[in-house]
Amino acid sequence: MDYFLELFLSGLTRGSIYALIALGYTMVYGIIELINIAHGEIYMMGAFTALITASVLNAYGLGRLSVLILATLVAVTYSAAYGFTVEKIAYKPLRSAPRLSPLISAIGMSIFLQNYVLLTQTSDFLPFPSLIPELPLPSQLTGIISSTEVVIVLTTALIMVLLFLLINHTRIGKAMRATAQDRTMAMLVGVDVNRVISITFVIGSSLAALGGVMIASHIGQINFFMGFVAGIKAFTAAVLGGIGSIPGAVLGGLILGWTESFATGYVSSDYEDVFAFCLLVLILIFRPAGLLGKSAPRKA
Amino acid sequence: MIPLTLMEQAKKPLMTAAIKKAFLTALCFMLLTFPLLVIRVNTTENIIEWRWKSLLYMGMGSFFLSLLWRYLMERREAGGAVTGKQRPSHGPGMEKVLHDPRFTRPALLFVACFALVFPFLFSTYEVNIMISALTYVVLGLGLNIVVGLAGLLDLGYVAFYAVGAYGYALLNYHFGLGFWTVLPIGAVLGATFGILLGFPVLRLRGDYLAIVTLGFGEIVRLILENWNELSFGPSGIANIPRPGFFGMVMDLRSVTIYLYFIVIAMCLFTMLVVSRLRDSRIGRAWIALREDEVACQAMGIDKTKTKLRAFALGATWAGMGGVIFAARTTFINPASFTFMESAMILAIVVMGGMGSIWGVVLAAFILILLPEYLRAFSEYRMLLFGATMVVAMVFRPQGLISKVHRTYEFKGLEKQR
Repeated sequence: MDYFLELFLSGLTRGSIYALIALGYTMVYGIIELINIAHGEIYMMGAFTALITASVLNAYGLGRLSVLILATLVAVTYSAAYGFTVEKIAYKPLRSAPRLSPLISAIGMSIFLQNYVLLTQTSDFLPFPSLIPELPLPSQLTGIISSTEVVIVLTTALIMVLLFLLINHTRIGKAMRATAQDRTMAMLVGVDVNRVISITFVIGSSLAALGGVMIASHIGQINFFMGFVAGIKAFTAAVLGGIGSIPGAVLGGLILGWTESFATGYVSSDYEDVFAFCLLVLILIFRPAGLLGKSAPRKA
Repeated sequence: MIPLTLMEQAKKPLMTAAIKKAFLTALCFMLLTFPLLVIRVNTTENIIEWRWKSLLYMGMGSFFLSLLWRYLMERREAGGAVTGKQRPSHGPGMEKVLHDPRFTRPALLFVACFALVFPFLFSTYEVNIMISALTYVVLGLGLNIVVGLAGLLDLGYVAFYAVGAYGYALLNYHFGLGFWTVLPIGAVLGATFGILLGFPVLRLRGDYLAIVTLGFGEIVRLILENWNELSFGPSGIANIPRPGFFGMVMDLRSVTIYLYFIVIAMCLFTMLVVSRLRDSRIGRAWIALREDEVACQAMGIDKTKTKLRAFALGATWAGMGGVIFAARTTFINPASFTFMESAMILAIVVMGGMGSIWGVVLAAFILILLPEYLRAFSEYRMLLFGATMVVAMVFRPQGLISKVHRTYEFKGLEKQR
């Protein structure tokens, strides 16, 4: 039973991270119908920025908590700026282009950013300091879950609630929903669509950076290539839950995390990814629009 | 919208204003790139390295690039305003030139002559690169059937390529079959896997299809990587024989040239078949399916069969391409069949202009030869390559050679006017 619980909790942690990155995918997709392949790179750059900031701050001898908070803040701010810039350069000029062109542009951007980090930083794995301090956990939980995992799960839950409130109860959230439904119509009723798209990218990128910082301190190492796999997994999670749907992204992320965790624990760690993708194929065969997606009639 | 563009045209941006803007952009980029570009940490020894010089280069570089970018963007906008939205701006009479026999015949003749003498003029290394580029032409044309003609976004095309390559390697290893025997078998294997993938995804649309095909590609790669009994795992299979010519013994140079001509023949064959397919009943059905699924069904086209045909016929070329790949490199392992490979082939199709055969050929050459010849920039080549992809898409979103819709004109009406 303990083993099961351990796997359950590690799946929950993993799933939370996937969900955080998947949210960026799903929000961007919901608004401009673009698979933003470069999203994984933003996540990777977030982790790198956090590592650099933390190392510099450590050298100046700041306390652990302030390092954590400052590094996260810097990483989130920078990633948001990266997301904003990437959208302005690679996607905005392609608004009225054929559907696949932005996708190729995104692939190009992804290659570019990976190599940018490879050139300016390193191709090796860098050890990432465990930024998150030890929490006083109840004694039953020690050994089953680490405090990093607790922080990850709680932060993700908090973010979800905040995001839910933002989308459903604020003016900008309303504008986002309107843009997602029909961009031209939103423009007609006075929504500044370009601004909404930029804000979506900023929010999505910040969440990715947050995910990057947390998973880096959980796993303990980062590499310029880490964004690619995480990006594909997160995209899988987004599609699994129904792309464009925010609760769907969370659900998809959690299911993916649990599948991987249990498959690794009970079957074999070699086939971890195979299980994830098989699950995806199976779910999509029976629910072609994802778990929570609407199989709405196609837009003309 | 109209008053806005008029206003923009009215205020001619002054030189100083442009420079000021570029300066601001440069400042922004310096700020943006600051942490990753300037600071490098060595976490084991706790050394922090500050590289202020690179920030200076970055600032100057982004200043000029921003000026250039702004200028090109303005030209692009201006071009769009003149031709209007109805006609996406083609190159200057690109289409006309491409269809003028006075131009195309000598050009084709030149290309054919060049292709014939190429292997005798250049080193084995360059011939090898050319073989690789030509293999990608075949792959691009195959994927063009699925993506360009039938409009089914396939992100796992490399799986069929892997199936072909591993098919040859394993059949040769276990049964000693040669290249020429396996080439058709590879095609059949590819088609079979195409149908296998096609069946479950028939109901899926657009991006759901994309992610399932992506998943399929990854599954195939992961199985090859982990099923050691079948595929020898990550270490791969070595000593795959090159194609033979009636048992003749050839040295490396002549066998490379021989392979080169096989691939040329293969390319021509593919181009012929794909262009005939495009104009056939099946091809028309694919295009109809791409344009409007509902209307297509209403015209009495069997959606299931048409989609499966697209998957099968597209995968056939990947299967054969895989056999050629295995024969060229004589060594394969799962690392050659990653998602990046699929993305590359897709980029060839989209950059070439979806559905255009010559576009695919051109884009394959650019995308495969560019990284090779960018080796002069050694470590920067992939950076430049990614940037090229973005820039190419921003300035030619419809691809290098955009597809021409087949239109029927009633000539009599023109004369009456």
